Amino acid sequence: MEQTNRAPTESQAMISLRNLRVSYGEREILHGISFDVMRGETLVILGGSGSGKSTLLRTLVGLERTSSGEIWLKGKNIAAISSQEMDEIRKKIGMSFQGGALFGSMTVGENVALPLREHTKLEDSTIEIILRLKLDQVGLSGFEDYMPSQLSGGMKKRAAVARALAMDPEILFFDEPSAGLDPIIAAGVDQLILELKQAFHMTIIVVTHELASAFLIADRMVLIDKGNVVAIGSTEEMRSSTHPRVRQFLDRIAEPAVSEELDYLQMLTEEHRHPGR
Amino acid sequence: MELTTQIGGSVTDGLAYLGALTRLGGRAAYYTFVAPFRGKPLRFESAISQAMQTGVGALPILSLITFFIGLILALQSAYELRKFGALNYVASAVAISMTRELGPLITAIVVIGRSGSAFAAEIGTMKVTEEIDALETMAIDPIHFLVTPKFIAMIVMLPCLTIWANSMGILGGALFGVAQADFTLVRYIQSSLDALFLRDITTGLIKSVMFGITITAVGCHEGLSTGAGAEQVGRSTTRAVVVSIFLVILVDLIFTALFFFVSER
Repeated sequence: MEQTNRAPTESQAMISLRNLRVSYGEREILHGISFDVMRGETLVILGGSGSGKSTLLRTLVGLERTSSGEIWLKGKNIAAISSQEMDEIRKKIGMSFQGGALFGSMTVGENVALPLREHTKLEDSTIEIILRLKLDQVGLSGFEDYMPSQLSGGMKKRAAVARALAMDPEILFFDEPSAGLDPIIAAGVDQLILELKQAFHMTIIVVTHELASAFLIADRMVLIDKGNVVAIGSTEEMRSSTHPRVRQFLDRIAEPAVSEELDYLQMLTEEHRHPGR
Repeated sequence: MELTTQIGGSVTDGLAYLGALTRLGGRAAYYTFVAPFRGKPLRFESAISQAMQTGVGALPILSLITFFIGLILALQSAYELRKFGALNYVASAVAISMTRELGPLITAIVVIGRSGSAFAAEIGTMKVTEEIDALETMAIDPIHFLVTPKFIAMIVMLPCLTIWANSMGILGGALFGVAQADFTLVRYIQSSLDALFLRDITTGLIKSVMFGITITAVGCHEGLSTGAGAEQVGRSTTRAVVVSIFLVILVDLIFTALFFFVSER
């Protein structure tokens, strides 16, 4: 394993993973992942289908249970805390899901305002102002009364980002931000991530397999393959890496053939993401 | 050996399923009775809109079905009663079988078809589109947000619907009574009321509350355990209907037996 990160001191790290293992039933998906995410950086988690990158993201926001290892987030090991403590941490993180995951029965405005209404005692008028501000940040001013079904794919994603931003999170997670978008709209979403990074110095973690978008937004990258960290480093370090797996991924060299039956199965099951707990 | 393993497996699966339903119901009960005193208010608006959908929305079809059932009951009992020249007992036969058994049961089955399936489909779709995950990452418990209002709506609405169903059934019987058995409408209703004891009605209503809990628990549990993909939503919905009907009949049997042995003393 090529470990080329800049030897972080503990205090800089926003999230620290230590030998993280996650299994679905008998099958282990992540085989001992360790790395740090620095405060204020944008880290892109790269990996192919079935690499375990989505599982890693879901584990970081507490949607999957760890089978062993530690995840230190804001000074707490979220692999071993109560659900109340986890809820407190969740109020400080925002997550933008692949398809947006907006609630179809609510307007865009109600979607964005939901975390504020649930977790704060703010007046309706204050919530209204925050709502306008957040929609303005993602370029959706005036869309608060639209239903999610009336929005295009890119707009849905922006609305989802606005909802993730509602509670002023310290860490923002993105699952495949450009999946299913045409290149122009996808570039717009990349631009939005860059703007958020500059404006708020937020810690941003992005899972993607889009190389162009990854190199545009990342400060550092992690390449995950078959549940292991293959390489971690800055964008330049990744570009100049000689690690065969990194080269294969970055130079987009096709896999010779599916080598093992198990790998193929893993790829399939990862695509049909496991139903859950 | 093979057979015993299979039977054992099904029994443990069944018990695990009942356990999951109980846990779901328990958490909904926590959010209904305990959490409001700990600063997590009940979602009344959501409960009311659910009640409108499951309750008021079911009235037309339920009225029609139970009216027919009442008429069928009258015809079937008259077939036997007229041999004894006892057609005037049709009113009491219909009234008792509606309130004790068919009113609650038919109501439950109509509600399973309209709402139990809808719960599974709604929650299942939300699961597939990661909306349930989104709720969790926003520190909002889906049980509090989605499931508890449904429980409240169903526990309130099923007894109300059952009372309505009982009345419509008696009216259905009255159609036969007036047309074929020399009753006037007032006298038919009077003799229906005379035949009923309060406990006929209350046992029916107790059962309907239990049916409401069962239907909600199964519908929501099936929705929440939906796998990935749209076809899984269909599967959950079907399962919700089939399992609900089975469990409602089972609960019916248990409570009917219970009432039978309790009233014996």
